[in-house]
Amino acid sequence: MTQQTAPLADEPAGARNPASAGGAVTLTGLGKEYGDFTAVHPLDLTIPEGSFFALLGASGCGKTTTLRMIAGLEDPSGGTVRIGDQDVTGLPPYKRPVNTVFQNYALFPHLDIYENVAFGLRRRGVKSVKGQVEEMLELVELGHLARRKPHQLSGGQQQRVAVARALINHPKVLLLDEPLGALDLKLRRQMQLELKRIQTEVGITFVHVTHDQEEAMTMADTIAVMNAGRIEQLGAPTDLYENPRTTFVANFLGQSNLIEAQVAGTSGDDLLLSVGDGRLAMPTARCVPSVRAGDKLLAGVRPEKISIVHADDAAEVPEGRNKITGRIVDASFIGVSTQYVVNSPWCPELAVFAQNVERDGRLVPGAEVVLHWSPAHTFGLDAAQDIEAGEVNA
Amino acid sequence: MPVLNWVRRHLVVFAGVAALAYMTIPNVIVLIFSFNQPKGRFNYSWNHFSLDAWKNPCGVGDMCDSVSLSLQIAVLATLGATVLGTMVAFALGRYRFRGRGPVTGLIWLPMAMPEIVMGASLGTLFLNMRIQFGFLTILIAHIMFCLSFVVTAVKARVMSMDPRLEQAAQDLYATPWSTFWRITFPIAAPGIAAGALLSFAISIDDFIITQFNAGPATVTFPMFVWGAAQKGLPVQVNVIGTLMFVAAVLCVVVGQLLSRRRKAHS
Repeated sequence: MTQQTAPLADEPAGARNPASAGGAVTLTGLGKEYGDFTAVHPLDLTIPEGSFFALLGASGCGKTTTLRMIAGLEDPSGGTVRIGDQDVTGLPPYKRPVNTVFQNYALFPHLDIYENVAFGLRRRGVKSVKGQVEEMLELVELGHLARRKPHQLSGGQQQRVAVARALINHPKVLLLDEPLGALDLKLRRQMQLELKRIQTEVGITFVHVTHDQEEAMTMADTIAVMNAGRIEQLGAPTDLYENPRTTFVANFLGQSNLIEAQVAGTSGDDLLLSVGDGRLAMPTARCVPSVRAGDKLLAGVRPEKISIVHADDAAEVPEGRNKITGRIVDASFIGVSTQYVVNSPWCPELAVFAQNVERDGRLVPGAEVVLHWSPAHTFGLDAAQDIEAGEVNA
Repeated sequence: MPVLNWVRRHLVVFAGVAALAYMTIPNVIVLIFSFNQPKGRFNYSWNHFSLDAWKNPCGVGDMCDSVSLSLQIAVLATLGATVLGTMVAFALGRYRFRGRGPVTGLIWLPMAMPEIVMGASLGTLFLNMRIQFGFLTILIAHIMFCLSFVVTAVKARVMSMDPRLEQAAQDLYATPWSTFWRITFPIAAPGIAAGALLSFAISIDDFIITQFNAGPATVTFPMFVWGAAQKGLPVQVNVIGTLMFVAAVLCVVVGQLLSRRRKAHS
């Protein structure tokens, strides 16, 4: 297995908090088995110091187990965990320079907010905690609630206490286990920006576990997409979105139209594909497997890259575009855009997102349409995969 | 019918008052008759007011010795059952081990079984083991039947505790020792306290099981009252009964005040 290294985020040098020195996380051959079940296949991963790193995947993919092994709450079946220069594999959680924000926060119900935040400092024998606790409560804007008990706070406030309780210890790495899962959508958006702001401010390495692909893309510098105990792909959000390497990533991160095609030949830097009796083109460089004429291939295109016109206006489609004809089976208006589902003889249920700039009243279910997109927006995946892997059944 | 409506609206209050009366009238009778000076040996009919019994509560034979014995046994039984029961509750609530199912079931047995059967069989056991009946046999018997109550109360608390709280403590530099005393114990404490209070209350008034396992020199207060009632009940029994009632009520009131203050404080 090759070492996967996430690129460092663009950050001005010297903006780092000195407390975060040595906050890189290096996992080597780290795996976890429960009897016959392998939760995490041995994985190698380096998370650079000061980065905001997301482990993204559906429930049961091994992302939380990986995080808990970094925290020391789970014993790995094999491999090592290093934080900075220190091998922490054999250390109990209370001796590791990491802190965790738990799912549902795990605030101590019998202690007030102040004592919850002070807990870590007191356990390390810090004499005067008052200044630090007050400062930290101000950072998360909860100073006025210091003497309340956790159950008297709203979900968003509890979440901020959990963050404050972890950050006050200046850990080298902050681990976040689905920290926003219990919040409603609006609050979640707000807290995403808030967490991102705090991370930029303190400069600590954040490792964030989530099943929400939008959340991962909004916050993280680097995302590792996990599936069935393995890292499927790792990269910056735009890179993962534009260049998925597997059907799982293509379907799990956003939505993709995957069209079964056959390689017909090449033309310059482009690959020519035949789909039914039609033709598509795509850049050879964006094709993951190396293919020859006659090979099968999955041609992928994101729904928002596709333009939709009524069949009567087919002549207006510029030359050199990939074109597919079909019939609208469903159209849902969602404000900023309209989402169409189009059935084509070559490919069922193509998704198309059209911005609501000028709406064409003829584009209703039953209408014959032409879909077209730039060949450059097409990516090619190995056809030997499950075409529906990673699809979210909404 | 405005009167009927008024009654209907306050039905809950009536029910509450009725239930309260039902529960307290016997205690009030005990209180009133502690100020009686009976004609004969039985304190069953009102003669005239007197403070004699209150001025000299230990005036009857060995009654105060029996009260003292009951208190000692109740305190020790509570202590033993609470420590042992808390450990059993943690074991049952936290760990999966061989025999966990049978133990969970057996814990209920002392609560479900008729006391008379349990007392008799325990007495037979002690007799066959040639253990002298006395303080120790009573204590062992009391710890046994108090254990179920402690285990049940504490286990409920342990099972409902989020395991992530202890993980969070460890994540925040607390050693296992410090995690137990700062997180686990305080959260389980209300369950432990409930189990202990129940144990004390059950132990101090147990008669049936105690009767089978007591020696000739160990007469607890309930045994004393039973024995005295055969040949005439001294008024002092009512004095002790009243004191016990007042102590129990005080316990409840203090408990309520404490929890109210904690709520207001937080």
